[in-house]
Amino acid sequence: MSETLLKVHAVETYYGNIRALAGVDVEVKRGEIVSLIGANGAGKSTLMMTICGSPQARTGTITFDGQDITRLPTHEIARLRVAQSPEGRRIFPRMTVYENLQMGASLDKLKHFDEDVEKIYTLFPRLKERQAQRGGTLSGGEQQMLSIGRALMARPKLLLLDEPSLGLAPLIVKQIFDAIKVLNKEQGLTVFLVEQNAFAALKLSDRGYVMVNGRVTMSGSGKELLANPEVRAAYLEGGRH
Amino acid sequence: MATTTYSTENAAGNLTARALREGFYAGLVAFGLFFLFVGLETTQNIRNELVLNQRWGLLAIFVAVAAVGRFLGVLYLQPWIASRKAARAAVVDKAAPEGFFVRNFSKIAIVALVLMPPVVVSLVGVQGSLKWVDNFGIQILIYVMLAWGLNIVVGLAGLLDLGYVAFYAVGAYSYALLSQHFGFSFWVLLPLAGILAAFWGMILGFPVLRLKGDYLAIVTLAFGEIIRLVLINWTEVTRGTFGISSIPKASVFGIWSFDVGAANNFAKVFGLPMSSAYYKIFLFYVILALALLTAYVTIRLRRMPIGRAWEALREDEIACRSLGINTVTTKLTAFATGAMFGGFAGSFFAVRQGFVSPESFVFLESAIILAIVVLGGMGSLVGIAVAATVMVGGTELLREMTFLKAIFGPDFTPELYRMLIFGLAMVIVMVWKPRGFVGSREPTAFLHERKAVSGSFTKEGHG
Repeated sequence: MSETLLKVHAVETYYGNIRALAGVDVEVKRGEIVSLIGANGAGKSTLMMTICGSPQARTGTITFDGQDITRLPTHEIARLRVAQSPEGRRIFPRMTVYENLQMGASLDKLKHFDEDVEKIYTLFPRLKERQAQRGGTLSGGEQQMLSIGRALMARPKLLLLDEPSLGLAPLIVKQIFDAIKVLNKEQGLTVFLVEQNAFAALKLSDRGYVMVNGRVTMSGSGKELLANPEVRAAYLEGGRH
Repeated sequence: MATTTYSTENAAGNLTARALREGFYAGLVAFGLFFLFVGLETTQNIRNELVLNQRWGLLAIFVAVAAVGRFLGVLYLQPWIASRKAARAAVVDKAAPEGFFVRNFSKIAIVALVLMPPVVVSLVGVQGSLKWVDNFGIQILIYVMLAWGLNIVVGLAGLLDLGYVAFYAVGAYSYALLSQHFGFSFWVLLPLAGILAAFWGMILGFPVLRLKGDYLAIVTLAFGEIIRLVLINWTEVTRGTFGISSIPKASVFGIWSFDVGAANNFAKVFGLPMSSAYYKIFLFYVILALALLTAYVTIRLRRMPIGRAWEALREDEIACRSLGINTVTTKLTAFATGAMFGGFAGSFFAVRQGFVSPESFVFLESAIILAIVVLGGMGSLVGIAVAATVMVGGTELLREMTFLKAIFGPDFTPELYRMLIFGLAMVIVMVWKPRGFVGSREPTAFLHERKAVSGSFTKEGHG
């Protein structure tokens, strides 16, 4: 449980001349759920995308499973089993749910497909009901489930989730977060989560980071951060109903 | 009750008045537009003087057509469309079971195409079959094949390619030059032309990898023009605008030849009367086989990882990368595969014409092929084949319409209007079926039960 899987060290990322990340250090250990919370524009999604290599970090290093991935292209990072459910879900709208899941398993040339797809369907029974339907016709929550399911089809060592709760009803958010918890508990999946919904994210997480203006300003266990008055003031009070 | 009758009567009266008014305005606009273009004509007389002809009668016809057309449109067509729309909204997509013909359309079409030459020969004789087999059959099938090839690039991978004709040209010139200089036969050069075209596809692919949409379209357009200009200006090799003539004919795998003097001439061996029709019938089967090969490969590829990757790439490039798909190689293979079929079609074109020149590879050809792909419904093989038949067959039919000369005078050449009709057809199809004849994408993975969800419900872009 203590071995480091992902280590982001002193990473700076620029969009043109604008510095979006100003020296970020983040660590995710094997088997953990780690969440990154922060306001709009803090650089959360940029960090997520930098880990995936698009855009690449200008300085600093990103190490995954003992390998330096800072300069690898996105698809090679994905081949190391870093699966991502990107911001805005980005499912393939004209392909069916089933085909979307197949695309997720394309790394292994569909070798474990039949076995894995059943697991996804047990996790998200809604996807089974909708398997012949086109991705674009799904509801937002179903699309999020599909996005996570597609990422899981790659048998990832690390699952990156970018705002899985975005625009979803609280009940669906709970379903999805429960599913993440199950994945972590039962399969030991390591999850790195970027969230606006700080309360739900921190409650679920082993550890958390708070990001402000491209810097990590606070870190600690999920419980600590939930109890921290600053965090409460900035992200929780008023947001919790 | 009285009030309602009154209001409908009133509405009908209003409609007629509106139709009259709009018809009048349309006539006015048409008069303004066509007064100089149609009403007056300048020609040279025998003494080389400029003469102004007045064509008031023709102008009157134009104005009348516009006015009456608008009048009828407002009075009848628009209410009819509105009522249909209302009717369609009321009936919620009742999926009628598809008939036998629709279900087996492609099989029936293939059988019909295979049987077409013998049937035509038996109906109109060997010589009479030329027109149907060559002008219609081969011509349409070339475009079907080209459009299917381009479909891989545009329809599946979603890369807008406006210079597809370049690969057609590469294929045609490969065959023309290599057969003349080295004497290789068609069957050796056919695959070679495909490989060369695929190679050029990769060369085009590299610089445009980072481009998307409009930008990609412009660069590919330029690429098509570059190839054409090279063909025109590299006169030592390509003989420029004169083109390359007397390109050797293809043989039936070297067994029978179609050269008139040859000992193994097809007609001679079988004791048939000499006719060029046999060669055309042979070519018909060659292009049919090539087109079917294109379709088969496309269908197979769509179910393989690479074809899936193409389709995924069209939908969302970023998602593709995050799933570990190498978008660079995926794009390059799409360009190369599409170009390869363009090259096949090109070498077939060269062998059929016996003559190639840069004239045949202008931008208009790319535009027509792309139009066929878009009209047919991107990605749909059947839709594209139907679109090619309608578009190419339609323009061929125009040549047949000599009776129109009786109406418009002996100078009237209907094929000059083909672009006009082409454009009109595109507008009509795009209005009625914005996704092409066959707009919905067929899933490649089938499950036990198939739930049909119309493609029109699916929003493109990010879900």
